[in-house]
Amino acid sequence: MPALKIEHVIKRHGTLETVSDVSLNVEPGERVALLGHNGAGKTTIIKMVLGLMPITAGSIDVLGHAPGTAAARKQTGYLPESVAFHGALTGREQLHHFARLKSTSLKAADDLLERVGLAHAADRRIRTYSKGMRQRIGLAQVVLGQPKLAILDEPTSGLDPVSRHEFYDIVEELANNGSAVMLSSHALTELELRTDRIAILSKGQLVANDSLQKLRDLASLPIKFKVTASNDTIEGVNQQLGGKRVNCQSLELMCAPDQKIGVLSAITALGPVVKDVDVTPASLEELYRHFSNVEEQTK
Amino acid sequence: MTSILSIARLELLIARRNLWVATAILLMALFNVVLTIAGNAPTGDLGASPMIIAITSITTLSVYLVPLIGLLLSFDAIAGEAERGTLTLGLSYPLSRAEILLGKFIAHMVVLGAAIAIGLGLTTAIIASRHGVGAIEWGPLSALYFTSLALGATFLGLGYTISSLVKQTGAASGVAIGLWLIAVVLYDLGLLGALVADAGGTFSKTIFPYALVANPADAFRLLNMPDQSVNMLASGLGAASSVTGFYGQLTSLLLWPVVALLFALLAFRKVEP
Repeated sequence: MPALKIEHVIKRHGTLETVSDVSLNVEPGERVALLGHNGAGKTTIIKMVLGLMPITAGSIDVLGHAPGTAAARKQTGYLPESVAFHGALTGREQLHHFARLKSTSLKAADDLLERVGLAHAADRRIRTYSKGMRQRIGLAQVVLGQPKLAILDEPTSGLDPVSRHEFYDIVEELANNGSAVMLSSHALTELELRTDRIAILSKGQLVANDSLQKLRDLASLPIKFKVTASNDTIEGVNQQLGGKRVNCQSLELMCAPDQKIGVLSAITALGPVVKDVDVTPASLEELYRHFSNVEEQTK
Repeated sequence: MTSILSIARLELLIARRNLWVATAILLMALFNVVLTIAGNAPTGDLGASPMIIAITSITTLSVYLVPLIGLLLSFDAIAGEAERGTLTLGLSYPLSRAEILLGKFIAHMVVLGAAIAIGLGLTTAIIASRHGVGAIEWGPLSALYFTSLALGATFLGLGYTISSLVKQTGAASGVAIGLWLIAVVLYDLGLLGALVADAGGTFSKTIFPYALVANPADAFRLLNMPDQSVNMLASGLGAASSVTGFYGQLTSLLLWPVVALLFALLAFRKVEP
């Protein structure tokens, strides 16, 4: 049974439809990324899942309960977009409070402070924290009590690369312990390796919902080759392979995914003239743009 | 219950560090000491005891000060959280909005209760040191304390209501000050104006006494000045106390906190983060 089941959900504000017929499941142990522009409906969906906003039509099921019920909230961890805390409290006081609300031991809260690397600053006022440190408190309160469903809204915005890495380590641990994780993000590149499935929202509609590999196959976006030779040989290489010169040593080629091996063997057939080859499959960014645009064109 | 207490505990920490506790205590202490000492000099002719004189002065002051402190503590309660962005997370936790509100209310009542207690404690100490322990009258003193709490609770509830409806701290503070002005100053002026214009007609006899007692600030004032000798001190307002009586005033003052908190809960339930 999926931990989160969203079925044909519609949200209207007056005549404006911000979420149109979205269906999405998240299984226990699965990490699903919700992608979309600003205003695509990500936060609206999250707020409906949390029961903070009424649903116009359709249904949402959180671990077998209606969203916003005490039973659903008890098993859900939530990190809001740009999370904030009262500056007059210390990190430890704030997390202890959350632990009491979740009926978890204070010891667990202290351990988590250590786990997210805030042990040294736990007794300082949150006012003095950096954005990254506040975000860590935010993540710590999500993990507190090992929720069965974790919902993270733009969790890594404003974090440096090292913090992001550590952040996803904790998310992975959460998923490995059986939690279903749904997170929304703008930082596309980091999601490639750190999520199991990607759902793309565009103007309130779900335009794609699959693993990264499947999405790549579906979109069949061209693969990019960058071939590097030397100043005097590049002209000859260009004539044999075609493509576009980018500087006096290298050129760029594009091909459909199914021609990849053919192009590669053509390049290697050139022998020692070729100094280097870079092969780049379509990035998540390109996929995202592709699926967002397809939806616009069919309208 | 754990959740309510945890919220209350957190709010108390915040109130202490934001100096709200210190401000409230300082205000009450300062005014009580000044009024007790100043009101203590000319006692002979009136025949009222020093304690009653002090309580009368402090009542007159508390009518203004207690609602003000109540509103200052509460106007930010919901609007501030919405503005800071802490409300969304708070509402996703497994506790009801009534519990959140109750937790905040308990914390703010503790602040208010401490401030009023310290103020009255100083008054009592001054009177005891000047006139001996025998001059302390515990009855009127505790009546003043508990009615002050009820008055404060009323304005805490009204402050939460404003905070939920307005949702912006700046605007909420404006509305709160407006409410304060109406409840403790303009309302009485309006009644007085109507009384003068009516010149002893039906309004003065039928509506006025009820209108007076319906305002929690006036009910508070009347409850703490029931003595005839004191009524002379308390402008003309005391005359109405015979009409609606002690129980009417008490009912008004006890009903208001409950009604105000219910308003607050209704308004808070409507808040969509």
